[in-house]
Amino acid sequence: MSLVATEADFRRSAFFDWRWLPRALGLGLLAFIIFGPLVNLLLWTVAERWYFPHALPLQYGFSYWGRVFAPRAEAMSSLFTSLSIGCLVVALSLLLAIPAGYALARLKLPFRSVILLALLLPNAFPNLPIYVNIARLFYQIGLNGTVLGVVLVHTTHGLVYAVWIATAAFSAIEPELEEAARSAGASAVRAFFDVMLPLAAPGLMASAIFVFLESLDEFTGTFFVGAPDVTTLPLLLYTAGAGGNYQIASITALILLIPSIAFMFVVERFLRADVLSKVGQ
Amino acid sequence: MRRHLPGLLLVAPALAIILFLFVVPLVGAFVGAFQTNAGFGFGNFIKTYQLYSRDIVFTVMIVALSAMLTAIFSVAIGGYLTLGSNRLAMEILRWLYRWPLFIPFIVVGQILRTFLAKNGLMNNIFVASGLISPLHTFGLLDWRGVVIAFVWKQVPFVTLLLAGAMASLDRGTIEAARNLGASRLRILLEIVLPQAAPTLMVGLTLSIVTMMSVLSVPLMIASQSPTVITVDMAFRINAYGDYGVANALGIVSLVLTGTVAWFYLRQTMRETGR
Repeated sequence: MSLVATEADFRRSAFFDWRWLPRALGLGLLAFIIFGPLVNLLLWTVAERWYFPHALPLQYGFSYWGRVFAPRAEAMSSLFTSLSIGCLVVALSLLLAIPAGYALARLKLPFRSVILLALLLPNAFPNLPIYVNIARLFYQIGLNGTVLGVVLVHTTHGLVYAVWIATAAFSAIEPELEEAARSAGASAVRAFFDVMLPLAAPGLMASAIFVFLESLDEFTGTFFVGAPDVTTLPLLLYTAGAGGNYQIASITALILLIPSIAFMFVVERFLRADVLSKVGQ
Repeated sequence: MRRHLPGLLLVAPALAIILFLFVVPLVGAFVGAFQTNAGFGFGNFIKTYQLYSRDIVFTVMIVALSAMLTAIFSVAIGGYLTLGSNRLAMEILRWLYRWPLFIPFIVVGQILRTFLAKNGLMNNIFVASGLISPLHTFGLLDWRGVVIAFVWKQVPFVTLLLAGAMASLDRGTIEAARNLGASRLRILLEIVLPQAAPTLMVGLTLSIVTMMSVLSVPLMIASQSPTVITVDMAFRINAYGDYGVANALGIVSLVLTGTVAWFYLRQTMRETGR
């Protein structure tokens, strides 16, 4: 149906069609349920004074933003910690996922589906009992409260996305392309770096973003393994909120929210349908 | 074996991570649950039963209720996206429903805590619009808040999977039923839903595992008693350093989820084996 027809539809229905009443009610209610809490968050980030029973803040301003973004503020150091951990997790995950994904997509492997499922295990069980015991283990070998410890925990959690998407990205490449490079005299390593890797790049990029966001938003593992020495943004949000400082908590929440929402709008650009259809196979 | 060697070598580092950071701690959870000061025994489980049996029942109820509500909303939204008659309403709905999918749990906890509180924006709006008087404001920051948070976050995820499965169904039977005069609700419940049921179950299973894993939401919305066992586990460790009871609670949550996860793995096996 063309756009013009849709608009005509809309005009006719909006004014003459009684069926828009339940539709508008339903969609309006859904919009309230979804955006109400989000608007509340935005209001809290700019509320200077807000108490019961006032429906809206009494005074607006950005003084809390100044406090969050002050050079020596805790939020800036948590942001830096979160970003460095995220980048290290992406680097480690890709280092593990690229060879594994290539092998799972192209090489002969026994128990291939068992290996794919093994990677899913950390996400198929409740994390908490695992994190409790990782923390205990890390405590004995001195990894508790270190950035490396947190990076390892985040990598384990994100590994299934990294490897499954990398496998799908390599599977989506025509085998003839690699064979052509090989028969033209390129070594296996050369063919991989010059042909396979560039062609799989968009899929790998998508898996990197997935892993980065998972790491950025991760709370439970960091709570057990990192706290109180490693403070990421989610941990700062939690402590600020527990202390009743809703402005700081809301600004931190907004910082966490922006990359995730941005990703929602670009994900389809990175994950093409031909790659997506091969995930988990 | 020789021809498998290169592949196995390339996969080995990733599997080593799973072995050392999942399998080893999992074994640790089982061993730790039976380890008491007096040697191995069921002491931790007895203590867990005495202290937390109410919370265990509470957790099961919260997760079951959330999963049920998630299923109902997902089927409703997915059904409208598949069988809806108005293109504009469907486009709006498609744009609207997926927002919470990308919002991290920790942020969901924070925004719902401020929204649902007795003095939160929800009550403020009700008061300002004259629906209720300031004396009748109600806070939802207990088990209801946790259920709302879980459903709010998981419905888009399950709907995304479900709508995909519904869209790929054969339109022929649907059109045939419609030509025979079947109502859309009947088509949804008797033709579309049975065919999309495996996908719905997979989505719900993944959601249940997620709900059993999330610590931040119950910690922020309902940390007072009764609460869910994730909060109890964190409390046992942080307040008492009591790994025995924490691990026993962990085993309870693993067994509860294990039954559900087993179903999920069987489903994936069947699909990857195709």
